[in-house]
Amino acid sequence: MSESKVAPRAPFKPSSLLLRWELILVPLLALVMFVNGTRSEFFWDPFNLGDATFNFSEKGIMAIAMALLILTREIDLSVSSIIALASLVMGLAAQNGAETPVLVLLALLTGTLAGFFNGFLVIRFAVPSIAITLGTMSLYRGISQAILGDQALTKYPESLANLGQGYLLEPIPYSFVTFLGLALLVGLVLHRTRWGRQLYAIGTNPEAAKFSGILVDRYRLILFTLSGTFAGLAAAFLTSRISSTRPNIAQGWELDVITMVVLGGIGIAGGTGSMLGVVLAVLLLGMISFGLALMNVPGIVAGIFIGGLLIGAIALPPLFKKILRIGKR
Amino acid sequence: MNLILKNYRREAVLFVFLLAALLVVGIISPSFISLKTLDAIWHDSVLLLILALVQMPIIISRGIDLSVAANLALTGMLVALLSKSNPSLPVLVLLLAGIGIGAILGAINALLITVLELPPIVATLGTMSVYRGMTYVVSGGQWVNSQDFPAALLEFPNARLLGLTSLEWLSLLALFLAWLMWHQSRFGREIRALGNNPSAARYVGVLEQPRLALLYTIAGAVSGFVSVLWVARYAIASTELAIGFELQVVAACVLGGVSIAGGVGTVYGTALGSLFLVLLYNALPVIKISPFWQTAIVGVAILVAVIVNQSAGKRIGKKILREVSP
Repeated sequence: MSESKVAPRAPFKPSSLLLRWELILVPLLALVMFVNGTRSEFFWDPFNLGDATFNFSEKGIMAIAMALLILTREIDLSVSSIIALASLVMGLAAQNGAETPVLVLLALLTGTLAGFFNGFLVIRFAVPSIAITLGTMSLYRGISQAILGDQALTKYPESLANLGQGYLLEPIPYSFVTFLGLALLVGLVLHRTRWGRQLYAIGTNPEAAKFSGILVDRYRLILFTLSGTFAGLAAAFLTSRISSTRPNIAQGWELDVITMVVLGGIGIAGGTGSMLGVVLAVLLLGMISFGLALMNVPGIVAGIFIGGLLIGAIALPPLFKKILRIGKR
Repeated sequence: MNLILKNYRREAVLFVFLLAALLVVGIISPSFISLKTLDAIWHDSVLLLILALVQMPIIISRGIDLSVAANLALTGMLVALLSKSNPSLPVLVLLLAGIGIGAILGAINALLITVLELPPIVATLGTMSVYRGMTYVVSGGQWVNSQDFPAALLEFPNARLLGLTSLEWLSLLALFLAWLMWHQSRFGREIRALGNNPSAARYVGVLEQPRLALLYTIAGAVSGFVSVLWVARYAIASTELAIGFELQVVAACVLGGVSIAGGVGTVYGTALGSLFLVLLYNALPVIKISPFWQTAIVGVAILVAVIVNQSAGKRIGKKILREVSP
């Protein structure tokens, strides 16, 4: 178990900085913020900005774990269904008089178990995770639908509302602080520890990683479980924010979360990208959605911008590089 | 006979499963096993089946097309608007318009995947959002309702010839064409080769980019064709049309033994997978299980199918080193 199993960090070159993905996202984010500012005089109001974060912090939390999965060539399509399941457990417990701390713990526990089940199936049967989580996506959402039917659970203790609607320090919401804190923590592990380097090794070449003694399956199991836990946490925030549990809660969020991760520069082929990029992409997508909402653009039309941005952001840089190379010849 | 069992083991297992499911439902509710019900299930499964028959080769080539349902919505809406403003257009013209528009949307996917070299899951995830959003833009969020459609279009899917509905005839045609294209033609074999081992396929001279471009364009054209049938059958076009249907299409393929890892899958399996899914939807109310259980049961079915297929595959060819899933 020595450091030499993983290639040492490449020496720092200033020129490589120019081609860093994050440097494309920063001006984009600045542009979006500027445009939003011109559309509404209240945009730059700190309270407005703080409240804008409510809409994307939950997805951002899930994107952190999803980034690690995509980095290692896996994917979890079931995250939004895990939210439905965890929110269901919270709602049922709340009906029976459970208090806020118990509800949050139950959400985390449900998410963790659901994520562990995904990971177990993936490593036990050596099946591509997209197929397994497609199945559990239906299964988890289906359990929620079967139990709730067309009902909604809305009886929650008042103290729960503070979690998803309250501020740690006005105007900074708990959910946003949690998102940033987890991103920092996971980012440090990913970029500054041997565990993180091993994740990159797995993503670059799972087979080679396995033969160099990395316990690939153990990492997979941990990452799927983590993805479940984070989805459970997101469920706690979301359920608290909207104070209700419906069977269609967070439906379709998995695609938003994957968009955040891919736009953040985590290569779908594995082994590339950084946590900073993911955080920037979460902020960028959050601010675009918020800005479009300011301009009364319906969410479904905002999808045109987000889909276009996803395609453009990934297709254009390699295209520019190709053109530059042709120009040099 | 032995050869058939060896080569089509998955399909045989699935067929037995399908019959067993039918039998169980029949025992609980004998009236279910009637020509009328079977006809209804067949009629009901056609749209899913046709879409699954083009998703299958895409998954075989190691790709995926998540934009099918959004393509369906956008093309369906455009054709519905066309038909609303020109009520005299015959059904054939509408079908051709659907194929044309769908093919353009498919070609956009193809362009992104082959020329710009985006991974299919990313490209079609992006176009899924874009096409769905465009549906809202072209319709202004309005619905096109049954009174806006010409009667000929609405009658078309249910019209009967020799006892079968036109949808049922179309499903037979689709099965024949899919068999011809994916099992009998060079194109089909090349797609399979690309899915089995992309670099080996390139070395033996398979033109990867043109083949994949054609594949995604065909998928778009077929989605466009199905969109017209969809609009005609349900007599409505809205922004929400077929939302989430892409996952059912993928699920039908997975149930039918198409391997997400690429290279494996048959027309027969895909057809059985689609039928199985639709049988499940139709049988639940009959055997007094709340339809709210539908999603959960489909989930379990997918998991079982994926796991069973994986273990069946292991027995056929033993690898020297255990493969790490890609």
